[in-house]
Amino acid sequence: MIRDITLGQYYQAESVIHKLDPRVKLVATIGFIISLFVVDSWVGYVVAALFLACMIKLSKVPFGYMVKGMKAIVFILMITVVFNLFLTPGEPLVTFWKLTITKEGLRIAVMMAVRLSFLIVGSSLMTLTTTPNSLTDGMEKLMGPLKYVKVPVHEVSMMMSIALRFIPILLEETDKIMKAQIARGADFESGNLVKKAKAMVPLLVPLFISAFRRANDLAMAMEARCYRGGEHRTKMKPLRYRAADRAAYGVLVLYFAGCVAIRVCL
Amino acid sequence: MSLILDHVNYIYGEDTALAVHALKDINLVIPDGQFIGLIGHTGSGKSTLVQHLNGLIRPTGGAIYYNGEDIHDKDYDKKKLRSKVGLVFQYPEHQLFEIDVFKDVCFGPKNLGLSQKETELRAYAALKQVGLGDEYFYQSPFDLSGGQKRRVAIAGVLAMKPEILILDEPTAGLDPKGRDEILDQIAKLKEETGITVILVSHSMEDVAKYVERIIVMNRGSVLYDDEPRQVFQHYKELEQIGLAAPQVTYIMQALAKRGMKVGTSATTIQEAEQEILRALAH
Repeated sequence: MIRDITLGQYYQAESVIHKLDPRVKLVATIGFIISLFVVDSWVGYVVAALFLACMIKLSKVPFGYMVKGMKAIVFILMITVVFNLFLTPGEPLVTFWKLTITKEGLRIAVMMAVRLSFLIVGSSLMTLTTTPNSLTDGMEKLMGPLKYVKVPVHEVSMMMSIALRFIPILLEETDKIMKAQIARGADFESGNLVKKAKAMVPLLVPLFISAFRRANDLAMAMEARCYRGGEHRTKMKPLRYRAADRAAYGVLVLYFAGCVAIRVCL
Repeated sequence: MSLILDHVNYIYGEDTALAVHALKDINLVIPDGQFIGLIGHTGSGKSTLVQHLNGLIRPTGGAIYYNGEDIHDKDYDKKKLRSKVGLVFQYPEHQLFEIDVFKDVCFGPKNLGLSQKETELRAYAALKQVGLGDEYFYQSPFDLSGGQKRRVAIAGVLAMKPEILILDEPTAGLDPKGRDEILDQIAKLKEETGITVILVSHSMEDVAKYVERIIVMNRGSVLYDDEPRQVFQHYKELEQIGLAAPQVTYIMQALAKRGMKVGTSATTIQEAEQEILRALAH
């Protein structure tokens, strides 16, 4: 049921990508996203697709598993596509009733769909191959310099890691409460929008209560272990770049240079 | 009138690297009016199994029949099935949501489309069945104690008047007094209404006193399915899979080993007492 959503979850596997330093993966993801907006020709998208396909292959995460997690976003994707398709002014291609599909609209819609789906697959590849803990570790380290301008880097990364950690827990909880209410005859599927919204009450109230309970328990557990923020906190496994990480940076720079070259030359 | 499981298999996350074969070829017949204990270690598949019984999970292989009808047939009314096969989840108090106890118990029967009057009558009867006094009816369910919350949640399922009542670890997290109270109440309910009760637990001690049949699950398969006294004869095998027989079984076995002429099939302290007295009299 709801547990099928794989977005933002970690997929356990032994691969080169899994072993990379989280900082590399973060920078690579951001770089990849920027590259998607740098290129604007079909050649560029083919290069981006190839790069992404290679990374997926290397990560050993089954492609079907990744796509399954994307189902939830198809709806949002469709909205973007539809709006771009019908509301872009330009040379008309097809007209029916008051709606016109223009050549420019078609181009932008397809491009948007490709960009967005690459963007989502690219960033979910990062979360699929990096545990939330190492991800926030990497983020904290990368944002480290911001500490000097009084940005609470440690606090922010701690909040993020807790938020990420709670996604699967709350999904599981939702699944459980949903089943319990279905067992009492609740119906989450049929009816109009108002009825459906009303049907959510027996799901949301227990879910909120349990989220608060969990947050309380966690705060208590952290206090009991004398947690008091980032000052003077040491790491059990400090992040250190290795040969593979440097090589990965090299690959990234090559890819990015390639994208820029395509943009400039074509 | 019975529930039949025919070669039921279930695999979590089929076709992924994380696939877990949670149920392996389960064949069971659950006739009317039995009091059954379903026992297994954590992760043995018992919770997965009970979620099959009211159609919450669709088996990846095999079929389930209720009163001779396949519950996963296209035109089978699942809602009706769920009112007939009542499932009380683990920590059921986590599903409470209404502003007062009475309204929460009304949720189930209301979903069945019953009239206001019938709904309230059923809720009242259900709350009485779990032994909750009138003074609690209009309190917020969140102000009650753990044991009371659990009663309210059980009443919420009972109000649908199920023919089969399944309780998944109804005593988890309760103190010994709360545990005995809930189990006694369930036993009483069973006696009064004659419904089928399936008690899921990992504690032999809990169920030995009440049930007439024990199903032992291990790693997704049914290991034993027999009367309690027969199942407990396998106490050594039970230990190997992380379970244990009731303490009296161990005492009787130890006495027999030391040469006392006692039978080893006693499951309750009373039976053991009689058996020892009988042996001493000879």
